[in-house]
Amino acid sequence: MAQAKEAAPRKLPGSLETNRRLDRWITINADGTVTVTPGKVEIGQGILTALVQMTAEELDIDVSRIRLVPATTAVSPNEGITSGSRSIQEGGLALRHAAAEARGLLLERAAKKLGVTLEQLTVKDGVVSARSGGSVSYWELATPDLLAREATFDVVAKGHEEHEVVGTSLARVDLPPKVMGKPVYVQDMVLPGMLHGRVARPPGPRARLKSLDAKEVEAMPGVVAVVRDGSFLGVVAEREDQAIRAARRLARSAQWTQGADLPANDPRHLLTLKAETEVISEKGDPATAGARQFTAEYTKPYIAHASLAPSCSVAQWEGGKVRVWTHSQGIFPLRGDMAQALNMPEADIVITHAEGAGCYGHNAADDVTMDAVLLARAVPGKPVRLQWMREDEFGWEPFSSPMVVRLNASLDDKGNIVNWGHELWSHAHSTRPGGKGGVNLLAAWHLEKPVPAAKPGNPPLPGGGSHRNAIPLYDFPNQKVTNNLIRESPLRTSALRALGGFANAFAIEGFMDELAEAAGADPVEYRLRHLKDPRAKAVIEKVAQMAKWKANEKGDGERGRGVAFARYKNLAAYLAVIAEVEVGEVVRVTKLWGAVDVGQAINPDGVLNQIEGGMIQSASMALKERIDFDKTGVTTLNWEDYPILKFGEVPELEVALINRPEAPPVGAGEGTQGPVAAAIANAIYNALGARLRDMPFTRDRIVAALSA
Amino acid sequence: MSFELQVNGKARTVDAEAETPLLYVLRNDLGLAGTRYGCGLGQCGACTVIIDGKAVQSCDLPVSAAVGKNITTVEALGTDQALHPLQQAFIAEQAAQCGYCASGILMSVKALLDVNPDPDDAAIRAALDGNLCRCGTHSRILRAIKRAAKEMRKA
Repeated sequence: MAQAKEAAPRKLPGSLETNRRLDRWITINADGTVTVTPGKVEIGQGILTALVQMTAEELDIDVSRIRLVPATTAVSPNEGITSGSRSIQEGGLALRHAAAEARGLLLERAAKKLGVTLEQLTVKDGVVSARSGGSVSYWELATPDLLAREATFDVVAKGHEEHEVVGTSLARVDLPPKVMGKPVYVQDMVLPGMLHGRVARPPGPRARLKSLDAKEVEAMPGVVAVVRDGSFLGVVAEREDQAIRAARRLARSAQWTQGADLPANDPRHLLTLKAETEVISEKGDPATAGARQFTAEYTKPYIAHASLAPSCSVAQWEGGKVRVWTHSQGIFPLRGDMAQALNMPEADIVITHAEGAGCYGHNAADDVTMDAVLLARAVPGKPVRLQWMREDEFGWEPFSSPMVVRLNASLDDKGNIVNWGHELWSHAHSTRPGGKGGVNLLAAWHLEKPVPAAKPGNPPLPGGGSHRNAIPLYDFPNQKVTNNLIRESPLRTSALRALGGFANAFAIEGFMDELAEAAGADPVEYRLRHLKDPRAKAVIEKVAQMAKWKANEKGDGERGRGVAFARYKNLAAYLAVIAEVEVGEVVRVTKLWGAVDVGQAINPDGVLNQIEGGMIQSASMALKERIDFDKTGVTTLNWEDYPILKFGEVPELEVALINRPEAPPVGAGEGTQGPVAAAIANAIYNALGARLRDMPFTRDRIVAALSA
Repeated sequence: MSFELQVNGKARTVDAEAETPLLYVLRNDLGLAGTRYGCGLGQCGACTVIIDGKAVQSCDLPVSAAVGKNITTVEALGTDQALHPLQQAFIAEQAAQCGYCASGILMSVKALLDVNPDPDDAAIRAALDGNLCRCGTHSRILRAIKRAAKEMRKA
């Protein structure tokens, strides 16, 4: 066998693998600070605080010395997209190891300077001391060339037993200015001479501009430019309120082709469409029949991210180049798509991240950025700030796909599951910028020279998209899991928290409850008996203990409780949930208990905050949320059309973290969606005997289920 | 048109059209960006300010309707040196994720505590009926408010 002439470079941890230079991540400054440039971005999840902790830990410096630089295509490492709860595994591990190597290089210099061996050195807050006396600080040792090299992975990061900063609930570094009302969001950016833009969208996704008389709008006070490019319409004005008024008038001045061909809004419409069918898991003999057979069908509608702040961006052209600020989750893929749509070199586009409001997946952040760039192009030299209106966000953000999940199972004479089948139908869960063969930006499709969309698809397994969490974690002797992907969709679909894992885990966990009942078993015990993974069992046992779960407990016609479990993506956070509901005129979730295991918790309170928030959001989606549309377009355009859980309705929460410092840290942000919805459905059944298999769990659905 | 407003205890003159919502005047003319745009329809509460003691959504209130009234925004709640007890409690309880809803919630609750220093859970939830939070931080926010109310009663 031929020997390789050169050893392949060693595989480096996390995003260090694709961004190997240490100075892309960390700069040690002479003034006693450390500049950190992560490629991952803050989207309301508190990630920056965890990254600060991981870096400070390895460098042995106080967290207050760290200065974070917003991610920018100009200098930051390309870490792809901040999504999938992967920021700790990718960005965190990269910084952990980059910092460990930086510390190693500093210690080498210190040893030389102090004339001692490495073993004699200790570090405290950046001051390196020799046992024999003498000390020198990082700030004296560091020169620009120190980190101008690739990582080697020769330095081992600290073991968990040495951690002092990691594993503590350091307060979020970004919260104080936010609760002080400081201008911290991209929505708050002000640049000298800044103008305001607004867009006027077509009445629906298929409609196109027929004609426009812009004279009236052009004559309105403050209007600087009316922008028309194909069916893309917008306006730039001196004042924001002027831009809003002008855009409304512009929409009324436009004549559109209607394109009124959207189907009825029913997830089961998916079953009528041509699908690409793929068996993604097959085990034993899926034709095995037990003593008793069961089937059930679960669905989920289109739902919205519905971020509290409509998307916003600021753009400025200068000499054929553009600078733009965005709350996109992926500034590099966005730059690539924008370059294609604008037919210009990537190098002439500089995109810098600025925070927006909470982001739960692919919302309109990328689209508004393209819009802002198009509007600003009409006024070279002038910065233009564009914030979408609420109806733009509801009407045009990419939604989470509707889904249908059909399950079948066979039980043996002891009630154990001997065969399991899971077949799902869904549109794509990933149409972010960065797709192949097209551009995933709304405005690009409306231009006079439109650039078609990339082919909608799914992230691959094991994480998966529509098939995320479709393969059960339960240990069944025979099983078959089938994914039916329907790429073309009436409304645009893309990633929303947990992707297909929301509907898949909801269906699996609802069906497990149905089977437990058929087997005459307690739903907690029934789950445990079908699981081998000790960490999975541990969260279920923990939550049962917290909620004082009683075997085979029954509801009383009004109140009831239900349990559910999932491991996010089958490889990240474990979460078990118990829901308590009270059913009167509507379903009220009165309490949710949760037990979570994310391996090593970098910031335990940060994990709890993510889980708690996800639980409430998931409860809201399960109880209330559904995007509606007619033949032309989306009709759910404001918070009255799309109610979410309010302060008067949110449940009490009790969440416990099973911290495993010895286990690799995994993402927490998306683990809640499926289990919470299922626990609520199971609780409703426990209370009333009404089995809800279609989200949302509205009054009409309960009445229908009771009479079924 | 020119309007004279009382904002955070100071007289401020602004030029705007009469129907311009107060929100844009605060954010863009007076540089008080802590009041946020969320919906423009008075449905989400991100733009809540206190006007003559009452929590009011500023996104659908014409500037002309605010003349002669005392307007308080989140910027007047505390200073960098002395945070308001509500702000301290929000930090102590880590009662935010994205924080975009925080300004409006703080102002709704400030208006409540000004008239009812010891509100029960139901009264707090009722005062926040017009404020949405999408990240799901409600339970931490409720905890922070109770903590702040207690601190303020002690003071």
